[in-house]
Amino acid sequence: MSSEPLLRVENLKTQFFTETGTVRAVDGISFEVYEGEIVGLVGESGAGKSVASMSLLRLVESPGEIVDGEITYKGETIFGLEEGPDGDLRERDDVLSNEEIRTRIRGNEIAVIFQDPMESLNPVFTVGGQLREFIELNRGLSEDEARLEAVDMLREVGIPDPEKRYDEYPHQFSGGMRQRVLIAMALACEPSLIIADEPTTALDVTVEGQIIDLVDELQQKYGTSFIWVTHDLGVVAEICDRVNVMYLGEIVEQAPVDELFYDTKHPYTDALLDSIPRPDRTVEDLEPIEGVMPEAINPPSGCRFHPRCPDAREVCRRVHPENRRVAFAGDEPHRAACVKHDAFDVGYDESVPIDPEPELMADAGSASADGGEDRE
Amino acid sequence: MAVGESQVDSGTDAAGEDEEVEARVGWRYTVARIRKDTTARWGLYVVAFVLFVAIYAAVDSNLSRLTFGQFSDYTFAKLLPIFDHPTRIPPPGEGTQHMPPYFPLAEQPWNPLPAGGTLEHPLGTDPSGRDYFTRIVYGTQVSVFVGIVSTTIGLAGGTIVGAVAGYYGGRVDDALMRLVETVYAIPPLILIIVFTVFVGGANIWYAVLGVGIAFVPVFARIIRSRVLSIREMDYIEAARASGVKDRDVILRHVVPNSFAPVLVYATLQIGVTILIVAGLSFLGYGAQPPTPDWGQMLNTAHGYMHSNVWLSIWPGLAIMITIMGFNLFGDGLQDALDPRIED
Repeated sequence: MSSEPLLRVENLKTQFFTETGTVRAVDGISFEVYEGEIVGLVGESGAGKSVASMSLLRLVESPGEIVDGEITYKGETIFGLEEGPDGDLRERDDVLSNEEIRTRIRGNEIAVIFQDPMESLNPVFTVGGQLREFIELNRGLSEDEARLEAVDMLREVGIPDPEKRYDEYPHQFSGGMRQRVLIAMALACEPSLIIADEPTTALDVTVEGQIIDLVDELQQKYGTSFIWVTHDLGVVAEICDRVNVMYLGEIVEQAPVDELFYDTKHPYTDALLDSIPRPDRTVEDLEPIEGVMPEAINPPSGCRFHPRCPDAREVCRRVHPENRRVAFAGDEPHRAACVKHDAFDVGYDESVPIDPEPELMADAGSASADGGEDRE
Repeated sequence: MAVGESQVDSGTDAAGEDEEVEARVGWRYTVARIRKDTTARWGLYVVAFVLFVAIYAAVDSNLSRLTFGQFSDYTFAKLLPIFDHPTRIPPPGEGTQHMPPYFPLAEQPWNPLPAGGTLEHPLGTDPSGRDYFTRIVYGTQVSVFVGIVSTTIGLAGGTIVGAVAGYYGGRVDDALMRLVETVYAIPPLILIIVFTVFVGGANIWYAVLGVGIAFVPVFARIIRSRVLSIREMDYIEAARASGVKDRDVILRHVVPNSFAPVLVYATLQIGVTILIVAGLSFLGYGAQPPTPDWGQMLNTAHGYMHSNVWLSIWPGLAIMITIMGFNLFGDGLQDALDPRIED
């Protein structure tokens, strides 16, 4: 593993200032992406995965705002704060301007593949036209050159008869085909990093497999790094090199993929693994996580997972664990944010076990309470 | 639906409800549906006819050959009751109690009397002795031009304001929409009259511009409401994530997807605009004599209501047919563009 990461995110905080309160959607996450690897970002719906990935491109819209942290990409600062002369935080001088982000980073350096291929292509223009325009815009090619390039890209991602399909509209493509087009679009400018925001969630499993194979193949060929945002640990096992598990705006476990699956260090990851439906288990064998994730406006005290955690003890209510190295996997750290590990010396072993109290979620909002009852 | 289905079939792996609904928005499909809908088809015919007449009038400078002058030996035209109106209006002092209040052109040397229907003047002449048929035909040109241009001004202005307000939201939205609502609160006719007087007096160009501005709010609101839903689509986010400029996102992605309902409304609006400009001309704020405008012809004609009602009926009929054509067409277009309506 090379020494300098392609992308370094440190203590990133993104918040939404709503009328009901401040939603701490991303609350101090740190991770790195090295060249040529696929990094997973895993978690339940609402864990802050998508907001985190949009923050990397500074695409968070009002009322959302990146309030703290540092994002460094290839040595350039995408976001960073410093203390101004009056003591307030302000943007550092070396932060890239909006113009630079737009022209140099977005699309050219960091591309995005979105979740819903049905919605990610403009329905009023032809598929080829959109791809061509994108190439023209970001690579400064002439229209004819861009057209050839677009047809090549369509062939590259496995669209049969690309010359003909070039002039068709998005509604004439199936979901899997559209996702292929979006992958072609993301790869078109040969970016160093692609953020894939649940790219296979909207597809059925057979197509999902094809898309994952395609990405794997293209990743080998182009050496592109990926941030793979998903809630599907099966996909993670298939494709990722390293994994970040997110819960309620925080990263709770960070490890190379094999370590995460075979030597799980955080009860939340455990619970996620137990709740995956598998062909060799019946529904009764499934162990869904009790309750639902609380809202990020008013997170539980101490460890945010403690109300739903089977291993929770009294100390978990008081102590908020940061993501700390708890083991080594080869030369890579395995980090987890759980006080049951020795790395946290806060008296977990002596503490009294407490029952999981998913009903505590009721405080967080009536909508979540309903969801919680449904699962019981 | 033949066209719609062929589109779906040509997508080798496209099927299902969503695709079918989406396939119903293609323009070929729209044309096919208009052709099937009787009302829309007649609307289209009328609009096409009116446009043809307008263009013809612009190209052909000698419309008199269109009249029946060359058949002046025949008398059948005189047998038709519609041509049976007085050939002469009595000069001042000579007439009855139905006499018009004044007759300013009477002193002119070439005896300008409104003639009745003859082969030479199928619809008679106006009080100045000009062929009424020719003036109606030229009036088409003015009305259609005015309707299309001022609707386009309103549409362009409204699209820009509405798209910017809807796309950016927040304070930009508040500021623009409050401004739009202020304009909206003033009755359009008053707004336009004040505008024309303010910018320099009665003139057809000012009237066209004024009508355009007066209808910016209507279009702005429709566009904005569409943009509010379109901007949440993934392809907008995707465009932004790939480094497209805000201006291009709005023009290339937001506006084209918000346009269908506005297009329908614009078609209907052309009719309304023609009516309003005719009203303005009638009031003396629009087209000025000697421009042959229907509203202005009505203005002249209303002085002769009792002595020669046909002077009012012909331009009135022209206005009615034109507006009806645009309204029928607009209605048909609305149905044709609405993917939810099955046929």
